[in-house]
Amino acid sequence: MRSVCLYFQVHQPYRLRTYRFFNIGHDHYYYDDYQNRHIIRRVAEKCYLPANRMMLQLINEFGKAFKVSYSISGTALDQFAQYVPEVIDSFRQLAATGCVEFISETEYHSLASLGNEQEFIRQIESQRKRIETLFGQTPQTFRNSELIYSDSIGETIANLGFHTILTEGAKHILGWKSPNYIYCNNLNPKLRVLLRNFRLSDDISFRFSEQRWSEWPLTAEKFVGWLNAIDPHEEVVNLYMDYETIGEHQWKETGIFDFFYHLPAAVFSKSNFNFATPEELYQRLQPMGALSVPYAISWADEERDLTAWKGNELQAEAFSKLYSLSDSIAKCDDPVIRRDWGYLQSSNHFYYMSTKWFSAGEVHKHFNPYGSPYDAFINYMNAISDFTIRIEASLSAINAGAGPDDDKPARKAGKKTSAVKIKAVKKTVKSAVKAKKTMASEKVKKEAKLKAAEKPKKTPKTVSAAKKA
Amino acid sequence: MKVLMFGWEFPPHITGGLGTACFGLTKGLAKHGVEVIFVVPKSFGDESQDGFRLINASDIELDFTQTLTQEFREKISYMEVGSNLVPYLDPEEFERWYSEEVAGKKSETHSIFSRKYQFSGKYGANLMEEVSRYALVALSVANNFEYDVIHAHDWLTYAAGIAAKKISGKPLIVHVHATEFDRSGENVNKVVYDIERNGMEEADRVITVSNFTRQIVIERYGIPAEKVFTVHNAVEPVDKPEADDVTKHVREKIVTFLGRVTYQKGPDYFVEAAHKVLQRDPNVRFVMAGSGDLLNRMIRRVAQLKMGTRFHFTGFLAGAEVDRMFAMSDVYVMPSVSEPFGISPLEAMRTNVPVVISKQSGVAEVLQHALKVDFWDIDALADAIYGILHYDGLRKMFARYGKSEVDSLIWENAALKVLDVYNNATGH
Repeated sequence: MRSVCLYFQVHQPYRLRTYRFFNIGHDHYYYDDYQNRHIIRRVAEKCYLPANRMMLQLINEFGKAFKVSYSISGTALDQFAQYVPEVIDSFRQLAATGCVEFISETEYHSLASLGNEQEFIRQIESQRKRIETLFGQTPQTFRNSELIYSDSIGETIANLGFHTILTEGAKHILGWKSPNYIYCNNLNPKLRVLLRNFRLSDDISFRFSEQRWSEWPLTAEKFVGWLNAIDPHEEVVNLYMDYETIGEHQWKETGIFDFFYHLPAAVFSKSNFNFATPEELYQRLQPMGALSVPYAISWADEERDLTAWKGNELQAEAFSKLYSLSDSIAKCDDPVIRRDWGYLQSSNHFYYMSTKWFSAGEVHKHFNPYGSPYDAFINYMNAISDFTIRIEASLSAINAGAGPDDDKPARKAGKKTSAVKIKAVKKTVKSAVKAKKTMASEKVKKEAKLKAAEKPKKTPKTVSAAKKA
Repeated sequence: MKVLMFGWEFPPHITGGLGTACFGLTKGLAKHGVEVIFVVPKSFGDESQDGFRLINASDIELDFTQTLTQEFREKISYMEVGSNLVPYLDPEEFERWYSEEVAGKKSETHSIFSRKYQFSGKYGANLMEEVSRYALVALSVANNFEYDVIHAHDWLTYAAGIAAKKISGKPLIVHVHATEFDRSGENVNKVVYDIERNGMEEADRVITVSNFTRQIVIERYGIPAEKVFTVHNAVEPVDKPEADDVTKHVREKIVTFLGRVTYQKGPDYFVEAAHKVLQRDPNVRFVMAGSGDLLNRMIRRVAQLKMGTRFHFTGFLAGAEVDRMFAMSDVYVMPSVSEPFGISPLEAMRTNVPVVISKQSGVAEVLQHALKVDFWDIDALADAIYGILHYDGLRKMFARYGKSEVDSLIWENAALKVLDVYNNATGH
C-alpha cells in the first residue's frame, strides 16, 4: 500500500504597524491590530473554518481512512485566540477524530534555526507544550519554518526527541533520487526525513487556477491519474502546502474545495494509495538511505535556498541586529518583552525585505503589506531599535535590583539615592498614573494614595534623579 | 524613417533637462538608424537670410561630456531657426528676460528677418507672438525637406509642429515633458494650457515622459488614452572623473535638497521633515541648494523652527558645484509635488548617494532602489531620511544596486519605444 501524506501549514504573522523613528523610545506597541484582525478574520471565514468543516466531513465519511496533518504556528494560535477563537475549537474537533496529526514547529515561525540555537530549542519546546495542551497529542514530527533544513538542524531536532522531520524535496539535494521515499538524517540516522513532492504539491497550491496551464482545469480524477503514473515501487507522495491554499490563495470560486472534497474518494476508488500521517509513515516504512544536506534548503523559489529571507544587505543587517539581542533576552523575564521578541522573529518580516521580486514573480507582492523592501526594512529597524532600548532598560533595572545583594551603591543614580529606591518610586508613579487613568474603583484610588503617601516628598526629586540616570 | 524634430538646445550649449533629453533621444534614434532633422530656435545675430541655417554635424563643438558616434554624424542634420524662444520660461518670465536680454541689444538684432517675413523686424517681444513666429519659420523648413514624421517637444514648439503637419500631411507626435499643471499647480495659465491642449489634440500621437504625466494628459487635457504613450526618460552614461578632491568639512551627515525652490519642488516638506529628524538626532545637517520664489519663506521657516545652525542654504548651484554638492551628500531628497520625470535623483544615484523621492514623480516609476514617499507625508519622509542615516543596510544596498540601476536606463532603449510610436503613427 502506498500513501499520500497531506500536510497543511497554518501561519499568520503579527504584521507591524507603521512605526516611525519618532516613536522609538516611548511607544512600545508594534503591531497593526486593524490589519491583523482583518486578515485573520477574513482567512478564517474563507479558509480555516470551511476547510476544517470539509476535513471533518471527509473523516466522518471515510471512517478512519482519511488522514491529514497540520502545523499551526504560535503566532497564528495567538491571533485565533484573540480574534477568532472558534478556529481553535474546530481544530480541536479535528484532533478528537484521531485522524489528524499535529506537527510541531518554532513557536513564532521564526528563523531561529539560523540565528540562535538556544532560542530555536526554546521555541520548539514551548510550541510542543502548546500543542499538547490544545490538542492532546505530543508532536513527534517537526517542520521548521519554510521547511528550512540541513544536516545539523536535523541533528538538533533528533536530540530534542523528534523522530521525523519534513522538508523540501529539492532537486539539487536529491539528484537522481526520488522524493517519494523516506530518508534519514545524515548525522543521526534515527531521524526520518520526509520530502515534499514539489511538483504535485505546486500543481495544487500554485497552478490550480492558472487558466493558461495546459492541465487546467485540474480535477481529483486527473490528479489521481498522476499518482497512478508514479513508479509502483515508490512509497509515499508528500503533498505539503499552506492551508490558505484552500479558499484564500485559491478562491472558492476556482473549485478548490470541490477538488479536495472529491480527492479521497478518487484516491480510494481509482488507485492503490491510502492517506497517512507522518507518524504512520514512520511506523510503517524503512528509510532508503541517508540524505546529505550540508547547506540549508527551504521550500522557497526556484533556488530552494535561504535567499528569500537572508539574501540581501537589508536582511543581513536586520537579522544580525535581531539575534544580537539573544543573550540579553535570555536574562530578561518580562513577559511582554519576551512576547515581542517572539513576534519580531517571524520569518515574514524578513521576507518583506527581499529584493528578489524586483525582477521576477508578482506572486509575492500580494502578501506583502509594504510598498517596497526598503520600507519594510526601515519600519522593522525602527521597531527593533525601540525594542533594544527596552531590553537595555529592563536589564539595567534587573541589575539595579541586584544592587543591594552585591552591596554596591548605584553610582549613576548619585546623591545617595539607591537604585532600588528609584525603581520603587518609578513603580509608585506608574501605578499612580495608571490609577488616574482608570479611575474605576475607589479602592485603586485609595491604594494609589496610600502608596503615594509612603514617599510623598521624595517623589519629585528622585524621579528627576532617575531621569538623569 | 526620417523625423523632423522640433527640439531644444544642442551641444555644446545645453542648459537644462529638456535640452539634455532631446539630445539623448536624438542620439538614441540614430543608433536605430533613424534620420533626424533637428530644428532648434536660436537667437543668432548674424547674416543668415532664410531665418534658418543648416549646420554640419561635424561643425558641432563638443565639450568633454559629450561623445558623438559616427552614426550620429551620418544620421543627424542639425538646424537652427532664428528665434529667441528659450526653454524653461513662462510668459511672465519671458517678458522680463526679453526686456533685459534682447531689448538692450535691439540695434544688433534689428531687421534680420524683415526681408522675408512680415514681422516687426525683430524677435517677438511677447512669448506668444514669438511662438507663432517660430511656427512660421518652421513652416519654411518643413516645406524644404522630406521626412516621414514630425516630432515636437513641449508646448513652445507645438505650433511649429502643427504648421509642419498642415503643410506636409505627415503625422505629428508631440512629446510632453511637463504640463502647465506641473509648473503652476492649480493656477494654470489659460493661454499656455490652450496651446498645450491644442497641440495634443492636433497630434496623431502623444508621448509622455511618465505614466504620471500620461494620466494628467488624459484626465486634465481630455486626450483619448489610446493615443498617449509613455516613454520614460533615460540618462546619458557619463564617466565623470570621481570627485575625490571633495572634502567634507563637517563631521555630520548631510541631507540635500537640490533644485528650484518653488511650489512644484516641495521645498517646504523638506524643511518640515528636517525639523522632525533634528528633534531626534541633532547630528545631521540639511542643505537646500537652489533658488526660487519660495526661498525667503523657507529661510523664515527654518529660523522659526530654530534650526538655523543645522539647516543651510547655498543659493543657486551650477556645474561643478552641483557635483561637489552630491559628493558631500549622504542622502538626496526630491519631495516634488508634481514632477513629470525628475532627472536629478538619477544624478545623485550615479554618485552613490541614496535618494528619497516623492511618489508624485515620473522617475519613481522606473526606480526600484530608492525610497518613495508621498510628498505630503512628512512623517514618512522624515522616517526615510532617518532610516538611511541610521541603518547601514540601506546605504550598502543603494551603493550596490543604485548606480547599476541608473546605468541601465539608457536612451537607446527609450528611443526604441519612440520608434514604435513612429511606426504606429505612420502605419508601418
